[in-house]
Amino acid sequence: MTEGRAALEVRDIACRRGPALLFSKLDFDVFPGELLCVRGPNGCGKTTLLRCVTGLTRPDAGRITWLGQSVPEDPARFRGDIAYGGHLPGLKDDLTTEENLEFSLRLRDVAVDRDAIARALAAVGLEKRRRLPARRLSAGQRRRIGLARLALDPALLWILDEPLTALDDAGQAHFVELLDRHLARGGLALVATHHNLLPPSGKVRELRIAG
Amino acid sequence: MNWFYFSSPSTFYGLAGRLAPWLFALAAVTAAWGLYLGLLVAPTDAQQGEVYRVIFIHVPTAWMSMFLYFVMACYCGLTLVFNTRLSAMMARAIAPTGALFTAVALWTGSFWGKPTWGTYWVWDARLTSELVLLFLYFGFIALSNAFEDPRRGDRAAALLAIIGVVNLPIIYFSVQWWNTLHQGSSVSFKGTSMHVTMLTGMLVMSFSAWFYAAGAALVRVRSIILERERRAHWVRELKEG
Amino acid sequence: MSAPSRGTYSGGFAWAMARDLRLAWRHPDEIILTLAFFALVASLFPLGIGAEPQLLARIGPGVIWVGALLAAFLALPGIFATDFIDGSLEQMTLSPHPPLGWAAGKIAAHWIISGLPLTLMSPLIGLQYGLTGDTLLVEALSLALGTPILSLLGGACAALALGARGGGMLLALLALPLFVPVLIFGAGAAEAQATGLAPTPHLSLLAAALIAALVGVPAAVVAAVRISVD
Repeated sequence: MTEGRAALEVRDIACRRGPALLFSKLDFDVFPGELLCVRGPNGCGKTTLLRCVTGLTRPDAGRITWLGQSVPEDPARFRGDIAYGGHLPGLKDDLTTEENLEFSLRLRDVAVDRDAIARALAAVGLEKRRRLPARRLSAGQRRRIGLARLALDPALLWILDEPLTALDDAGQAHFVELLDRHLARGGLALVATHHNLLPPSGKVRELRIAG
Repeated sequence: MNWFYFSSPSTFYGLAGRLAPWLFALAAVTAAWGLYLGLLVAPTDAQQGEVYRVIFIHVPTAWMSMFLYFVMACYCGLTLVFNTRLSAMMARAIAPTGALFTAVALWTGSFWGKPTWGTYWVWDARLTSELVLLFLYFGFIALSNAFEDPRRGDRAAALLAIIGVVNLPIIYFSVQWWNTLHQGSSVSFKGTSMHVTMLTGMLVMSFSAWFYAAGAALVRVRSIILERERRAHWVRELKEG
Repeated sequence: MSAPSRGTYSGGFAWAMARDLRLAWRHPDEIILTLAFFALVASLFPLGIGAEPQLLARIGPGVIWVGALLAAFLALPGIFATDFIDGSLEQMTLSPHPPLGWAAGKIAAHWIISGLPLTLMSPLIGLQYGLTGDTLLVEALSLALGTPILSLLGGACAALALGARGGGMLLALLALPLFVPVLIFGAGAAEAQATGLAPTPHLSLLAAALIAALVGVPAAVVAAVRISVD
């Protein structure tokens, strides 16, 4: 990767919801090893911005470039590089903790063995609940499955929407630790949050969206 | 000339407003002429007597029901491919007129069917597929209004309309593909089996239906534009001015 | 830095099949409810119309098809509704696997838990109506060819109606008109057999429609899913 060139470049992006314009002419870059925190009051369009970057929502204008290549030219490659965590956990209530993690990694085409899954679940404190259906887990425990997924997914760019919601202090600390490791490896993160994230080694910048 | 000039809702709003009265006037004139030809000039049919005169309403509305669906589906294709706003509004504006013509075609057909076939309704291929067309129009209208975000409704309904296009050739060729009660086309490219005034009357009535459909769609698209763009400056200026 | 995964069609297909079938296996009651509904609807007709054996044999092929169609219709929301609500559909859309793969996998899995059991149960219902051996066979064959089309077309409609007001009624308005040709040819095949005519023209048309649906509809399902997660 060439130094000085941003891995993710977003130019002139705009999105409206119904008749209301959420944001327009927004430009930002994210460099390897960097965390970009998206901030702003409720309803200003943080979630929509993240969804526009992932490609879930179609922006009304704007260009997104990933590693020097326009995303619409090769969306499959971009999808392979991102790990998205939205408001909705994407877990099935009827599958066990372990199965949920296994299926979400298979969907990301990440091959991991059962030991790695067991270790990742142990790291987030769910080793005793591996065989429980997800419906029996608390909101925070569900979030922890998401943390285990992030730990095992080699995706280069994390796009996370309020990742600390419902997590207790230990869970939040664990998330910051994971984020720090990700940034130290040269990963990128685009995170919408109201919390102050301070990963020790990573560079943190802020993007403010006016309400 | 820049064709995209009129693809902006604000400019199209004005154009539609200027065109619509002319289209309605043309529709009225052609309808008067067509009905005069059909009801007064055209001779009585040797086999069917006077009742055949229903075709001057029935055939034009049936043609238009399919044609309008096709036009609507084309606008829907534009919506999905280019994400244009106006095309989605046009598709929405055409749908009620299309449904109306479909209903009129079915209704006049059954009034003709009672004295001729002895029944208001038969489940033959032509009638059934035309009924399916009516439900496709209803489905399109319902789906386009089923979402909080109108543009979500636009795109979902657009995809539905495109899936439903499969039905058009089925309606059109049903009388050839299946041995049905509904008679074959009276008009074809090889020549017609009917009196020339009958044919003229039917064609004139078809133009009338087309003018009416275009005028109605333009009036409807104007109100859709106003509703969608109510926060835009040009609409506010319109209100104050 | 390793190259990112681009996924495979087969990977997405296998993923969706394995997951949805496992979920269905956790809740076999849904399959049983679909079958119970089918049996119930089919039993209402003799009670409502009259139970003369000749009449039943006459209406049997059509009634069985209508019952199977309604049961398949009622199972439709199950394809995408929960995945839409819990966010799985977003994760699928962002998967490196090509969407055609997992969309086809989900529909195939849905057919295995709705259309296939209905097809397998149809001879049993046919016996209630006094249908004979060959007619039972043709009925089952026409359902085997027709119900996958219902799953495909219905899947596209179910994906379009995600998050819409009007729920089941709206889905009925969207899907049932599209089911009409399938019903006509499907019931037509069994009826032709029952009245001593050759069912092959109907069956060939159904097979052709199935091939066309297999080619065209998964892409429409993918487009519908994209619209609904937007």
